[in-house]
Amino acid sequence: MTDGVKKFLYVNRKAPYGTIYALESLEVVLIGAAFDLDVSLAFLDDGVFQLVKSQDTKEIGVKNFSPTFRALGDYEVTKLYVEKESLAERGLTAEDLQEITYEDEDDDYAEKPSLIFVSRAEMADVMGDQDVVLSF
Amino acid sequence: MAYEVDGQEIATDEEGYITNLGEWTPELGAVIAKAEEVDMTDEHWAVVNFLRDYYEEYQIAPAVRVLIKSIKKSMGPEVGNNKYMYELFPYGPAKQACKIAGLPKPTGCV
Repeated sequence: MTDGVKKFLYVNRKAPYGTIYALESLEVVLIGAAFDLDVSLAFLDDGVFQLVKSQDTKEIGVKNFSPTFRALGDYEVTKLYVEKESLAERGLTAEDLQEITYEDEDDDYAEKPSLIFVSRAEMADVMGDQDVVLSF
Repeated sequence: MAYEVDGQEIATDEEGYITNLGEWTPELGAVIAKAEEVDMTDEHWAVVNFLRDYYEEYQIAPAVRVLIKSIKKSMGPEVGNNKYMYELFPYGPAKQACKIAGLPKPTGCV
């Protein structure tokens, strides 16, 4: 990482619908991506539900914004940390989440996974390593 | 403000973006383009179609930087560069092309 580029972590702790936090977080990430920052996202507690695949919001009358996570690679946001304990506590596994990848420009546009599964202890290290942590 | 296609009135917001995305047709796109004083060529339509596909897949209109990068990849650097894209859409490729494509204003666009 280049010196002087600030490391921003957006922490997502809430379920995708019912409150506006999840959508607002994603919008801030997309807007913030225009600046020269090293951006990562963290998903823990109910926040892991945001990444569950095949979401269907028809019955609750709100937009399903989960496909937008797959666009993050285009915005050079390629590190989405997911806490393993939060998944397990909710009966979820990695297979329940949608696949999110990015194209690595420095590696002949190879498709690489954006989701990084970490333990609670590792997540603490990820947070400790940031210049700015924004919690949603 | 509203557009008219085949006697049907299409509602928009105060900036001319249509409010019901489902009402878009290529005919409406042509009407909006005319109101924007953009002479639509195949390249204009290619950008508009790209935006619609992007929205369909990701549920967002891409930022201009992302748009140009993606167009460069799919249509080559002759089209996918800042200068040319602004020639096609003088009021901003993302902003104006999204309006013609019947999409909301790109996130982060003011």
